[in-house]
Amino acid sequence: MTGTGRAGVGWWLLILPAFALLLAFYIAPIVQVLAISVTDPEPGLGNYERIFTSGAVQRVILTTLRICAITTVLALLLGYAIAYAITLASPRARGWWVLAVLVPLWISVLVRAFAWVTLLRRQGLVNNTLMNAGMISEPLPLVWNEFGIIVGMVHYMVPFAVLPMLASMREIDPRLLAAARGLGATRFEVFRRVFLPLSMPGIIAAGVLVFIFSLGFYITPAILGGGKTLMVAEWISLQILDLIRWGLGTMMATMLVVAILVTLAVFSRVVDLRRIFGAGG
Amino acid sequence: MSDARGHALSLREVSKHYGSFAAVERVSLEVGQGEFLTLLGPSGSGKTTILMAVAGFVTPTAGSILLDGADITPLPPEKRNFGMVFQGYALFPHMTVVENVAFPLRVRGLSRADRDAKVRAALDLVQLGQFADRLPKQLSGGQQQRVALARALVFDPNLLLLDEPLSALDKKLRAELQEELKALHRRVGRTFINVTHDQEEALSMSDRIAILNHGKLIQHGAPGALYERPRTRFVADFLGKSNFLDGTVRDSRPGGFALENGASRLAVALPDGEAPPADGTRSLLSLRPEKIDLLPEGQSADNVLEGRVVSWAYLGTGFSLRIATEALGEIRANLPAWRSAFAPTEGLPVRLGWDARAAVPVAEDAP
Repeated sequence: MTGTGRAGVGWWLLILPAFALLLAFYIAPIVQVLAISVTDPEPGLGNYERIFTSGAVQRVILTTLRICAITTVLALLLGYAIAYAITLASPRARGWWVLAVLVPLWISVLVRAFAWVTLLRRQGLVNNTLMNAGMISEPLPLVWNEFGIIVGMVHYMVPFAVLPMLASMREIDPRLLAAARGLGATRFEVFRRVFLPLSMPGIIAAGVLVFIFSLGFYITPAILGGGKTLMVAEWISLQILDLIRWGLGTMMATMLVVAILVTLAVFSRVVDLRRIFGAGG
Repeated sequence: MSDARGHALSLREVSKHYGSFAAVERVSLEVGQGEFLTLLGPSGSGKTTILMAVAGFVTPTAGSILLDGADITPLPPEKRNFGMVFQGYALFPHMTVVENVAFPLRVRGLSRADRDAKVRAALDLVQLGQFADRLPKQLSGGQQQRVALARALVFDPNLLLLDEPLSALDKKLRAELQEELKALHRRVGRTFINVTHDQEEALSMSDRIAILNHGKLIQHGAPGALYERPRTRFVADFLGKSNFLDGTVRDSRPGGFALENGASRLAVALPDGEAPPADGTRSLLSLRPEKIDLLPEGQSADNVLEGRVVSWAYLGTGFSLRIATEALGEIRANLPAWRSAFAPTEGLPVRLGWDARAAVPVAEDAP
């Protein structure tokens, strides 16, 4: 609720210091860095032209979009199943479930990425087990490729998919499900016609959240991709830190920011994002 | 909905235990074809558990439920073909009125044309045709209630189950919908089972009432019979208000007895065929406040009692009086207001009188 008149001005004054701080130390530097994309190596839109002319740039963008799309879909599927199980669980079991979902969030993303490397590499647990069982004769290429990146990213993203969907499912009145069965719907029909449509806002919110997070992912793809499969964030770091091509790197960074804002803008028309990201409403 | 034959339901020794807690304890009950039965009781009396067992959401620990003589106890809710109006209505918020009402037909795989015709008929039945494309949240409470009714009736259910259907509405609307629901029951001719804790609602709508307390069926019968001849203190107290007078039975004979309490002797007449209690036993009488009259000077009645007005309330239709008597303690009496120029004041001496048939012997509740 916004106040009106004098009271409204008072509220704005209250957030003014925070706003000034944010502007001076966060937004201004970002804008300054992003501005390099139109000044380096020479003023103009030369860097942006590369999106249409450079095969390497296009490949990075397409790879990123593909990995993010697959990660989002898989994280949503897994997350939906988990959120559904939590919703139907008894209150006591629910607490343990939520804890199990949250614990990975408290473990460093670096640790988790290396854990996956240990599991998935040529002499890793998975390959060794499969070889010993005689199911494969050659180790499978499970890591340092797109597959490895997706495994790591899905693992990281599942909690972020579960939480908005769980919030949305918890809002569904259980009496509606009972009513649907009483009216003759089988368990599957109840899910398809009542539960799924009512949990849709949560699915969309989780999808937006996971997709946006995935776009800028750095550590997991850098470690599990082994430098062979490049996503946007790693590519930016490569341009700026190794190749000292600031213009190209900041151009891609600008594109990343734009992509995120566009995604948010599109979905804010479909669903009420403020409600999804926790502002009461 | 042209088929007007209702179905008969019987509960045989149905129990539902949660651990050591008995929510329902050996309840047997017959519901006749086309009957409007109300399960009445305070919260925790097991009435909703019974309804949920009939609907199939709760599996009885023991006993069986039969529809027209066939055992339906193991059937899941979706196989029972019972219409149900839930507390709070449970309308699907993402569907319009039409989609809500069409839901039971859709899951039964009816063709679009059949669906449309039935949905229209059901909405007409509850006079909601013009709201077809609204969402539930755009409707008032009473309208939502009607949508829930249409949805529960559209698929020609064997029974209609109502779980506190009017509890969410304000008093005036509730009275209106009570009449509507009763009229609807007559129109569709189906068997209705209603759950409520509201005794007025139970009295005004039902063909028969089953009163429950602590999971047990206490008494059942037509509303008038229950109100006039309650069998236990709980029934007399829950269904309407009552004074309770206790004493020792004297002068027991077919058709009546006298109740001795200290110096007073109350004359009690029993209806034909009711055996009087034995002399010397304790007995408890239920005496409805509205059956007590204020006696003018010189007039007498079967029972006469002197007292003083302790407090009074004017209710529009009448006065509610609390009267202190020396012989029997405090007595409540309700008097119609319009017939007498009675002006109560605190401390006013009054003579109370009532007919020997007015008081009903009731059993103390089992602990």
